[in-house]
Amino acid sequence: MDDTYIGKEKYKEMVKETAPKSKTTANSFRAFIVGGGICVIGQIIHNLCLSAGAGRDSAGTYTAVVLIFLGCLLTGLGIYDKIGKFAGAGSVVPITGFANSVSAPAIEFKKEGYVLGVGAKIFVVAGPVIVYGTISSIIVGLIYYFTR
Amino acid sequence: MEYIKAFLVGGLICVVGQQLMDRTKLTPARILVLFVSLGCFLGAFGIYEKLVEFAGAGASVPLPGFGYNLYKGVVSEIDKEGFIGILTGGLKATSAGIMAAVFFGFLSALTFDPKEK
Amino acid sequence: MGEQSATFDFKVSVKSTASIVGAKEGKGPLGKYFDIVMEDILAGKESWEKAESEFARLGLDLAVKKAELKNEDIDYVLAGDLLSQSAGATFGALDMKRPFFGVFGACSTIGEALSLGAVLVDGGFAKNVLAGASSHFCAAEKQFRFPLELGTQRPPTSTWTVTGEGAAVLSREGGPPYITAITTGRLVDMGVKDQNNMGAVMAPAACDVISAHFRDFGRTPDYYDAIITGDLGYVGQELLIRLLKNEGYDVSKKHRDCGIEIFDKNTQDTHSGGSGCACAAAAFCGYFYNELKCRKLNKILFVPTGAILNPTSFMQGENIPSVAHAVVIEN
Repeated sequence: MDDTYIGKEKYKEMVKETAPKSKTTANSFRAFIVGGGICVIGQIIHNLCLSAGAGRDSAGTYTAVVLIFLGCLLTGLGIYDKIGKFAGAGSVVPITGFANSVSAPAIEFKKEGYVLGVGAKIFVVAGPVIVYGTISSIIVGLIYYFTR
Repeated sequence: MEYIKAFLVGGLICVVGQQLMDRTKLTPARILVLFVSLGCFLGAFGIYEKLVEFAGAGASVPLPGFGYNLYKGVVSEIDKEGFIGILTGGLKATSAGIMAAVFFGFLSALTFDPKEK
Repeated sequence: MGEQSATFDFKVSVKSTASIVGAKEGKGPLGKYFDIVMEDILAGKESWEKAESEFARLGLDLAVKKAELKNEDIDYVLAGDLLSQSAGATFGALDMKRPFFGVFGACSTIGEALSLGAVLVDGGFAKNVLAGASSHFCAAEKQFRFPLELGTQRPPTSTWTVTGEGAAVLSREGGPPYITAITTGRLVDMGVKDQNNMGAVMAPAACDVISAHFRDFGRTPDYYDAIITGDLGYVGQELLIRLLKNEGYDVSKKHRDCGIEIFDKNTQDTHSGGSGCACAAAAFCGYFYNELKCRKLNKILFVPTGAILNPTSFMQGENIPSVAHAVVIEN
């Protein structure tokens, strides 16, 4: 079928008409509940660290580390992908989602060996986050340095 | 009260991500990249700091919080060490998170096997 | 014959078929028609890819056995799958030690294998040809999407790759059903880039080859008991019916789709339906072959559909082209 039949533009419209829509409202509600819930867990850990005598900054760091540990653990147990299926962005956007995106390829590619499998593929999903995060920080740093 | 604030703000940031995913066909990886960079730049404009003060973990746990930490690190290192802080600051402030992700991610690969859905 | 078709002088018998699927497919509506339902998705192997090859190996062996032949009787093996360099079929057919052609048409692979196999048999180049295709959900996810452990949502237009193998022995000697004609599809690009909507990618290719088939033979949909596409799913089915209506053919009463029939979308969470090489291959070799054998169907147009998704070209901004091959199978 080339353009003479129906044409790419008209077909694009037809595809749009027939594609079932994502249930955006329901998806957003679930993302809200789960995402908010993970943040509350983070706040609880944060407060526990504070009451154990940690400073404000290190409490924040401990919170991140504990959440990353939990994210990797739930990924390994095969639970995080089920949470993700339910919650969508609700479990992608929190830092546990970052942990999931590191742990998941590490586990999946272990059959290709620990160097070229786990070692090389561990950042196949999360790598861009670190690349563009650090580049953003360099740009912001440059601007700050020359304008402060 | 601080738990409610954390819940609402954290939840809303995730809703923004979900809307982007459903409406724009952006893949999760692109949304994460967007959020981290956004957090870094919102930090630079002084906006994210106010959000963290207001919502605590509700703003620091989602990925823009990671970007905000990159910004905080680079600024404080520039203040302390000068020009070289532009390169050292970002990762210094976020090193624990990245090291933890690598270490626990590697441990999970050692411990667990791939599972079917 | 015509622009894209060929008819056969000899009756090319589909002498036997074998179908092997995973547990999820076994629980689906066609579950009882498959020869073997493998409860262990790893098939006793240590990786998804090795498991797929095991599915392929078992299916190819079983088809030969059911035809009451020995490996030595097979003149050519034509097999393929979705993995890079057709690893599934390669390692699956390795031990047979028979002349091997790897074929690739993405999810239309079984259509390509049956077409070429029939040509070889009819042309007198082979007495018995073994055709097969395999896919594996986990191996396909790993290669084309994300690691399985990554927490992502599947859009409603997405399909679920079938785990399994379908294999058939084509022979000069043997009873019905017979492959009597083929129409070979052209590569089609209708500008679709959405890898989560393969039904939309493939529907134009199915429309193209089906309308070419009707033109070449002067037939209409009424000639067939069923027109069976590979893995268009619910989304692609609607598009195909609309596209063909545009060409002047109403297939709404004759069209069936392996991807729609192999899973129950309400209970199995497979969204638009099943997909993958094994979708058409196992559904035909298991269910539809059986329907032909017991004469519930007598004339079918089998049209496996394939979306040629190359991860590199996709990232470089190319559209996803598609192809479909029509095989006429009659009693």
